[in-house]
Amino acid sequence: MSHHHDDNESEGISRRHALECMIWAGTGVLWTISAGVPVSLSLLGEAEAAEALSTGFTFLQISDSHIGFDKAANPHAIDTLKEAMGKIRAMPVKPSFLIHTGDITHLSKAAQFDNAAQIIGGAGFDVHYVPGEHDLIDEGNGRAYLDRYGKGTKGAGWYSFDQNGVHFIGLVNVVNLKAGGLGNLGADQLAWLADDLKGVSTSTPVVVFAHIPLWAVYPEWGWGTDDAAQALALLKRFGSVTVLNGHIHQIMQKVEGNITFHTARSTAFPQPVPGTAPAPGPMTVPAGQLRSLLGVTNVAVKQGQRELAIIDRTLADA
Amino acid sequence: MISIRCPTRQLASIFFCLGMTVMTQAPLHAADAPRVKIENFAFIPQTLTVKVGTTVTFENDDDIPHLVIATDASFRSKALDTGDTYAFTFGKAGDFPYFCGLHPHMQGRISVTP
Repeated sequence: MSHHHDDNESEGISRRHALECMIWAGTGVLWTISAGVPVSLSLLGEAEAAEALSTGFTFLQISDSHIGFDKAANPHAIDTLKEAMGKIRAMPVKPSFLIHTGDITHLSKAAQFDNAAQIIGGAGFDVHYVPGEHDLIDEGNGRAYLDRYGKGTKGAGWYSFDQNGVHFIGLVNVVNLKAGGLGNLGADQLAWLADDLKGVSTSTPVVVFAHIPLWAVYPEWGWGTDDAAQALALLKRFGSVTVLNGHIHQIMQKVEGNITFHTARSTAFPQPVPGTAPAPGPMTVPAGQLRSLLGVTNVAVKQGQRELAIIDRTLADA
Repeated sequence: MISIRCPTRQLASIFFCLGMTVMTQAPLHAADAPRVKIENFAFIPQTLTVKVGTTVTFENDDDIPHLVIATDASFRSKALDTGDTYAFTFGKAGDFPYFCGLHPHMQGRISVTP
């Protein structure tokens, strides 16, 4: 735990406590940034969450829409994405923008990208994407994705931007995967990250988003990133770091020192809890349960508070 | 005349047999052909031994696409959706480890004997 973090802890509620995630059955994870730190709204309790939502700026994470997937676990992945977008549109407080943490499509087909763009883009939000491994399997090995979403990005599609005093970093950990390995950032991207962070002050809240988790959720199923430790080392000096991932189609959260890790639900199909099935593939559940396992994540950022608020909502929520 | 007719008849029957062989053995051959199934995020069998010149077919039985890549880059499939197959003929003896380009913890090996 860094010295900086200890300073922060003396202010009041411990970061660990504040970053725990209250899960609202819902469509997504809504993040808010309080006092420069992303806070899970879930943690704050409903009244505080509502307050953070009304006074802070919020953004919304959507993930793993897998457009084109039509197997038993969800024959209508396109419809559940439409439902998710409908819920986002209906939110009383509109998020400032969306991030999509990859696997937009199932097979990187042009029609799948087009359908996703129409459904997601139709809601009228700015959307910041990073690719999942399913988005880079066209004949051009990722050309289809980069043609659509690579503008202004580096390498395989990584980039950063600033909004409302928060530094956002979109990383790509789904290319050049090595035999026997996990997700991979690679030397070029790590060098870029080191350079990108040079101009960012320690007190700036940082939000990192990438497809595969940047922590070892379950390496036996490939749920981790081989060189994540090098990226996290570069983020150690910051008071508040929030890492948002997808890929595993379920919510997992962990707090480690100054870094909060959170994975989002898919809008397409659930995957099993680590170790509870022979393999991590699509999990077929009774029809009535599907929507309670799909969702989006809303994040609120509130000036004057340290933490971001994260609200996960399922598609089953009103 | 007879000595001519006999070979002709034999030839005819040989051709007939060959024709039958091709017709009946085509499906048999496919069923017996060396095949690696991709199931539950695993290559089955994980190690397959074949003779030089053998064509091995990889078949994806998962609901998630997989992609077969030789560790030495000597072969690489396209993304295989559910039910898709990829065939590669092994022209050299040796050990050919491979993995899934999308889920690299999935690994297998084709052992090619002379």
